[in-house]
Amino acid sequence: MLRQRPFLVEALTAAGLIAAPFVLPHLGFTPTTINRILVWGVFGIGFDILFGFTGLLSFGQSAFFGTGGMVAAYLLTIANFPHVVTSLIIGMLVAGVVGYLVGLIALRRTGIYFAMITVAIAEVFFFVEFNPLAAYTGGENGLPGVPTPSLDLGFTTFHFDSDTSLYAFLAFWYFIGMVIALRIVRSPVGAVLRAIRDNPLRASAVGHNIHGYKLTAFVIAAAYAGFAGGLLGVMQGFMPPDAFMFDTSGQLVMQTAIGGAGTLFGPLVGATVWLYLSDFLQTTLHLGAAWKLVLGIVFVLLVCFLRRGLIGGTADLLAAALGRAGKTAEPTEKALTAQDERKAAAAADAVEPSHHATRARAGERGAAPILEARGLTKRYGGLVANSDITFSVLPGELRGIIGPNGAGKTTFFKMLTCEIPPTAGRILFEGRDITGMTVTDVCQLGLTKSYQINQLFNRLTVRENLTVAALAELRGKFKLDLFASPEKVSRLDEHVQYALALVGLSERVDTPVAQLAYGEKRRLEIGLALATNPKLLLLDEPFAGMSPRERTETVQLLKSIRRGRTMVIVDHDMDAIFQLAERITVLHEGRVLVEGTPEEIKSNAAVQEAYLGGVQAA
Amino acid sequence: MINWANFISQCFNGLVLGALLALISSGLTIIYGTLGVLNLAHGAMFMLGGYAGWLTYSHTGSFIAAVAAGALFVMLVGVVMERVVIRHFYKRPHEDQLLVTFGLGIVIVETVRFFFGSLSKTVPAPAPLVGITPLGFMFYPTYRLALLGIVAVALLALYVVLYRTRIGMIVRAGIEDSVMVDALGIDVYKVFMLVFGIGAMAAGFAGIVNAPVVSIAPDAGEAILVQTFVVVVIGGVGSFPGAVLGGLIAGEIISITSMFNPGYSYVMLFVAMTLVLVLRPYGLLGTAGRE
Repeated sequence: MLRQRPFLVEALTAAGLIAAPFVLPHLGFTPTTINRILVWGVFGIGFDILFGFTGLLSFGQSAFFGTGGMVAAYLLTIANFPHVVTSLIIGMLVAGVVGYLVGLIALRRTGIYFAMITVAIAEVFFFVEFNPLAAYTGGENGLPGVPTPSLDLGFTTFHFDSDTSLYAFLAFWYFIGMVIALRIVRSPVGAVLRAIRDNPLRASAVGHNIHGYKLTAFVIAAAYAGFAGGLLGVMQGFMPPDAFMFDTSGQLVMQTAIGGAGTLFGPLVGATVWLYLSDFLQTTLHLGAAWKLVLGIVFVLLVCFLRRGLIGGTADLLAAALGRAGKTAEPTEKALTAQDERKAAAAADAVEPSHHATRARAGERGAAPILEARGLTKRYGGLVANSDITFSVLPGELRGIIGPNGAGKTTFFKMLTCEIPPTAGRILFEGRDITGMTVTDVCQLGLTKSYQINQLFNRLTVRENLTVAALAELRGKFKLDLFASPEKVSRLDEHVQYALALVGLSERVDTPVAQLAYGEKRRLEIGLALATNPKLLLLDEPFAGMSPRERTETVQLLKSIRRGRTMVIVDHDMDAIFQLAERITVLHEGRVLVEGTPEEIKSNAAVQEAYLGGVQAA
Repeated sequence: MINWANFISQCFNGLVLGALLALISSGLTIIYGTLGVLNLAHGAMFMLGGYAGWLTYSHTGSFIAAVAAGALFVMLVGVVMERVVIRHFYKRPHEDQLLVTFGLGIVIVETVRFFFGSLSKTVPAPAPLVGITPLGFMFYPTYRLALLGIVAVALLALYVVLYRTRIGMIVRAGIEDSVMVDALGIDVYKVFMLVFGIGAMAAGFAGIVNAPVVSIAPDAGEAILVQTFVVVVIGGVGSFPGAVLGGLIAGEIISITSMFNPGYSYVMLFVAMTLVLVLRPYGLLGTAGRE
């Protein structure tokens, strides 16, 4: 949407920044308030990348805001360093490094643990600033006398010493910050960050090193915070120690939520509302200290009723007004058509160059197995889920695994994809021992699975979902192409189109996952696995919860994608498995009961016994 | 040079603070364990307990009435909060729960500030507990000694409720698997409300019994909340024994470090937290999967 007019957002940002000082004073904003909004805006851009785009809610951003600000202010005052912008950048770098170190600790855990750890760390910074480092930070007095910047043009020097000229200085940096952030969120890294926000489990399962990307987002947020902290000192001519306070982090979180997270502009909008209301409530309504109570109530109401903030809420309203919401909301399922299959076949021929073709040829009987499990055992305490399973799959094979409930199918599958480590035994993939590797690394080697319960990136569109998976295949598990455009990733579009065509979702490319019908989601689930271009695809109950029609379609789909691939399917649906698989392995009570062709399995007495529990015999 | 008398007295202080933190953290951790909600307003609950008690004390002059009022009022606030707001957030993402409880915390703090101002208030210790007690090797403030006992009794009461009653069994089962508890035909919503109330009460009770030691102010909950987080990270989320152990460790670290330089007490606390995160990521007594 934004990509069609590449610099539209940037141009609008510039126009808005130029217009603001002429418009806002008429609405009752003082020049200082306007400048302050910009500082919070810069601070918030980084935070939004962390929270809105990556889904990591940190309550400790004050640590980096304060660190960057204090470093810059120290250089400019006590150390007598003359150059303002250089100091700001040094402050930013220090904050980034500190962010990296803190991130290493805080990102050891996720969710609420992450939030608690960031709070605790920020509090440490506050105390360190106040006490042990007071000689450098001025302790509770802060650092006064931070100089304003000036620009040496050769023939004359321009001083940014009034509110208006400082506005120009701050607006310039806000603009730069926004342009960089827009590049980042549009880059492949940006796509991965959103995927992590929506479903970290799947993001790592399709082959991304999510820890590395989370740390990246954390460092970016810290760097923005550090730079904004420096700007605060420059703007006020004084670096206040309360930049380090928990309140600072809290205010940032609230402003971002008020404006709308995941929009980059949300924090700026939130800061505008926050600072305006705080001025208005205190000076016009003379509420004194009660202003914060009013803002607190406003915030709670917003979180309860307008989760996407002012920007998100406005966007929803606009969409509703334009009647778009009503139209897209009803899921219209599109079945696989003959046309889709032709497209898929064509796409397959086009894309499937290199290793698929060669692998298909290697798929003759007698070749070395692509996957081998030797003596695989999993014990949970005294319970033996799998016991001494030996199993191998040849390249090009389509293997089915069946077994009555509690046979240990799921555990076995989880061990094969390295989701859980086996208690004993080894797993070899293409002759290589993968026991104990991570899901991410195994996926990078070419082994992935589609999940029994859909694991999709729910807030992203079909195309974006498949892009995330394809990026892992094309870029490897971690790459910092922060400023690259996804179009620059070679063969990305090909891969996505190929996967789209394979699963028959070519006409739903721009539909958000939340609006897909169940059958379509199931196909996308398989599509995500396919987009990583696996050599071996494991399908965990692909027919779970499907209607008979959807089941028939999925059987078709699996038949159409099996060319040149090795697949292993676990399912309860015996009819489907008997239709698809060439060989079937039956698990029973954690062991391999029997293995053979569908005919052999059907007529095997032991299998009937296992399924019917010996009723026949009785 | 270490002054040994001072050292022992600081160890005692650490014990008192630790017991207090243990009590507050237990409240936080059973709420999180059962409901899956991390209550960022927990610090505000602690502060609110102090104020409710102070208000009662200034009207009745009875310390016991103050303690009862502090605990019960905060329990009531917790129950109302759960019914009116938190209940609608169980199905929403963790981030929303954090945002809304954070917002509620601010509303509580600012409401108190609005009515009672920012100046700190004091509640004197009850007459029999004023003064110092000789312990043979040192003298120690009587109320602090009593506080240790009071908090220990409260923790014991919480333990009995959690481990020796039917409702406690349901709560502990809920920590393991609330869906299963629901499936067994137990009205989990009623349990959730009760747990939120009990958890809040633990904080409120701690708030008022601590008032004679540290004067109360609207911001008092903030530092406590941060320390509680460290306790929970050290002990393991959702674990009652973990909260007690973590509380005692944190209390001792803060007190003993303060003897040398109070500025480093948080640094040491943080070092301990980091060590635990590196060596035992789920906390000393925590288990995986409660996140």
